[in-house]
Amino acid sequence: MNSKQMNEYYLSMLDDVDERLDSVCDKESEEEFQRKLEEKGFARRDFLKWTSFMTAALMLPPVFESRIARAAAIKQRTPIIWLHMAECTGCTESFLRTREPDIAQLIFDKISLAYHDTLMMASGERAEKSLEDAIKRYKGKYICVIEGGIPTKDGGIYLTIGSKGETGLSKAKRITKDARLTLAFGTCAAFGGVQAAYPNPTGAKGVRDALGIEIVNVSGCPPSSINMVGTILHILLFDKIPPLDEIYRPLWAYGSRIHDYCERRAHFDAGEFVEEWGDEGAKKGWCLYKMGCKGPLTYNNCPRYRFNQGTNWPIGGGHGCIGCSEPNFWDTMTPFEEPNEKAGIRIPGGNGVEATSDKIGSFLAGATAAGIGVHAIGSIIRAKAEKKTGKIDDKESK
Amino acid sequence: MPDKKHVVIDPITRIEGHLRIEVDVKNGKVEDAWSTGTLWRGIEPILQGRDIRDAGLLVQRICGVCTWSHYEANTMSAEVALGIKPPTNARLVRNLINASEFMHDHTVHFYALASLDWADVGGALKADPQKASDLAHQFSKQPYNASADHYREIIEKLKKFVASGQLGPFAGAYIGNKLYKLPPEGDLILISHYLDALYTQVILAQMMAIYGAKNPHPQSLVVGGITSVMDMLDARRIGQYASKLEDVGNFIQHAYLPDIDLVTYFYKDEFKENIGCGAENFLSYGGFPETNDWEAEFRYLPQGVIYNRDLSKVEKVNKQFITESIAHSWYKGPNEGIYPGKEDTVPEYTGLNKDGTVKRNGKYSWVKAPRYKGKMMEVGPLARLMVGYASNHNNMRDMLDNFLEKHSANINQMFSTVGRTAARALETAYIWHGAHRWINDLITNLKQGDERTWTRFEYPEQETNTAVALYEAPRGSLAHFVRIKGKDVTHYQVVIPSTWNASPRDEKGQRGAYEESLINIPVPDTDEPLAILRTVHSFDPCMACAVHLVDVDNDKIKKFKVEV
Repeated sequence: MNSKQMNEYYLSMLDDVDERLDSVCDKESEEEFQRKLEEKGFARRDFLKWTSFMTAALMLPPVFESRIARAAAIKQRTPIIWLHMAECTGCTESFLRTREPDIAQLIFDKISLAYHDTLMMASGERAEKSLEDAIKRYKGKYICVIEGGIPTKDGGIYLTIGSKGETGLSKAKRITKDARLTLAFGTCAAFGGVQAAYPNPTGAKGVRDALGIEIVNVSGCPPSSINMVGTILHILLFDKIPPLDEIYRPLWAYGSRIHDYCERRAHFDAGEFVEEWGDEGAKKGWCLYKMGCKGPLTYNNCPRYRFNQGTNWPIGGGHGCIGCSEPNFWDTMTPFEEPNEKAGIRIPGGNGVEATSDKIGSFLAGATAAGIGVHAIGSIIRAKAEKKTGKIDDKESK
Repeated sequence: MPDKKHVVIDPITRIEGHLRIEVDVKNGKVEDAWSTGTLWRGIEPILQGRDIRDAGLLVQRICGVCTWSHYEANTMSAEVALGIKPPTNARLVRNLINASEFMHDHTVHFYALASLDWADVGGALKADPQKASDLAHQFSKQPYNASADHYREIIEKLKKFVASGQLGPFAGAYIGNKLYKLPPEGDLILISHYLDALYTQVILAQMMAIYGAKNPHPQSLVVGGITSVMDMLDARRIGQYASKLEDVGNFIQHAYLPDIDLVTYFYKDEFKENIGCGAENFLSYGGFPETNDWEAEFRYLPQGVIYNRDLSKVEKVNKQFITESIAHSWYKGPNEGIYPGKEDTVPEYTGLNKDGTVKRNGKYSWVKAPRYKGKMMEVGPLARLMVGYASNHNNMRDMLDNFLEKHSANINQMFSTVGRTAARALETAYIWHGAHRWINDLITNLKQGDERTWTRFEYPEQETNTAVALYEAPRGSLAHFVRIKGKDVTHYQVVIPSTWNASPRDEKGQRGAYEESLINIPVPDTDEPLAILRTVHSFDPCMACAVHLVDVDNDKIKKFKVEV
């Protein structure tokens, strides 16, 4: 889907969205939301700023600004069951950095973290019970978020959770079964991540590969809070998953290449490169391509929204992109401090212009397939085949 | 018949990662305890043969909470191996990033992960907003967000939340448990700051991103220095960091420290009775270098070992005395403790008993058992504070004496869960002062015209000797060991803070620090193991870190690949 098609797609859903918002919001809840904003000391214009920010971030047509505002006032809180597999909790940490809206508001107002073991009060039996209760109570209604890759080797024994010593694999299978939809937050849940890097000793896989279920991948190591919260907001608003790319990532977040929106792009085009850390070019903010930046190979919205409320981002901090939202980046994007010769990127001053993003896409799939036989390839190739048959659009029209 | 019961607590929530605790409870007290890490990620073999410049970013993914520690410790070990000393600017910028991590980690730990062990949500609902405001004023001249109106609002919010029936993270809370000692107004103060801390931690993460590019998983550190030279030379960035530091200081001074006084005051019995500390020995490698020599002993956080809680003597740290045992861990190999790196990391999962409990006499955890001179050690904020106190390091002794005097307590009471919790808060303020000085040092250095951020180095043709970075992460002593040949990592190991603390028994049957600290903890109601959680949480467990001794050697890896 290009941006024009996306625009058309969303505009065609406008009536559905209004109908849905009518059913889940009423005048009372909207007024109450307004009152709450005032109490919290937000001016109306702060709120409007937020709605236009989120509308732009989700790449929605401007007409959706008023709908985003209404979605913020939805009565029912959406239950979320958040499972931890083989992970480092970086994704939870990133989620906790959310200010748009801030996490306290998220917890209390928009979503119900029915189960999240980093945050929840109860431990042991009581925690297990609240998980089982939540699954029963919200059967078919909850969103299951998975953080971390799933160890699958030797029956998945490398991760066990709970008093019965249930494997992560079995638990993920059981709990995603009754979810309305499953979100894979972070590159580990999406594609296996660091533990799946060669030689992948525990047979760690992404959720889709481990369980064979439909999911939305919100990749990144960790993903920015905007991409996680935006995906949830999209679901609150449309009650369906956003249009996805060929590896199941929301197009609004992963539809464009870092390189194409990079603040240092002009230096690339002008042939001005950092040649050594801390050199004059580094002090002037020149292009990091020669220092190994993988921005030309990576799809994400980091240049636009940065991290930590726009404070900074890796290229801003003078380090190249390491491609952390791409499958298997520990094996395909390394060494991080050297350009990937095989990618066929021509730098200015060489022969002609830089390779198109299409070519890079096919390089990535190729490189991974030729790589060291980690499962992620499977998903790319499969995804590519499905993309051709229009499966993603089917999913949307369901 | 004695009243004896075996309790399995899995998952332990409000921690990083996957941890199980099993205890035998006899006559309302813990008689014996077992600590089990239930996830193995196998990062060990993944580092093999990788470019040394990638290793930092890879080991960083061990943990998204102490998201800077492994990255920096790795980089320091590489720099020691390569024989380079990065420039002063790089050291100061790294210290500033690290300071934001310490303050972030400690604040998030106390509020998001631990405060509900001390404060009862149910109590907060019953609190009188005016009395709460009065109480807050007893513990601070300018308490943080402590007006009666604000407290009224928080109660309303909580009530609505409860009325909605969707309790979220508070589901299953141990409401009304008798082990809660705060008055309802104290509960309310802590829970109100729990919400405020969610804001403060966002600011702290922004501070890390100023020079670290992002958080979690910052990305501005390279072997030889730092990359964020533009940010460093931009005076507005210094201003930004400094002003956020003031915001955070406001929270530390007027919320975190007074809340610790509040907890210490109302839990004075637990403080007096030394509940929740089993370790006799304490270890700190020292953190935040004050010179550009990474092997120098003097650092902002102290280095030393204390034995038998004897504060009159501090021994120097010698890395040769570090060993690890896998007698009770799910790996193959000899039982006796071995210097890290000489053992193989070959997994051997032997499972649980039929009833789902761990095999207490066999192997029962993915965590190994590190020991120093064969002894079990506690590491972390309490260890650092006691080592600092014993060695009269900087102003640490005054800092602790003031605290003890305020509570009419003696130094030995610090060996307790309350003491460990207080040590973390005192350290947060100590680091905050350090950050102030490093900003000033950075400004001074830049004014002298020094703009260097990186040191050139050559790749060794011959394999280097094993280089070690001794380091302090927020949770305690962290050591990275590396050998390099050409650009490649030929040997890598990490011995991690939570591995020390969460360790299972060793070959001599000595318990780990969590296990030992749980002995004699009161458990009046085995359905609500509140005191157990309070003590385990007070160590700030980080299991992703604990379970994954990186241990890489060419030949060993080959063997590993055959094994699996």
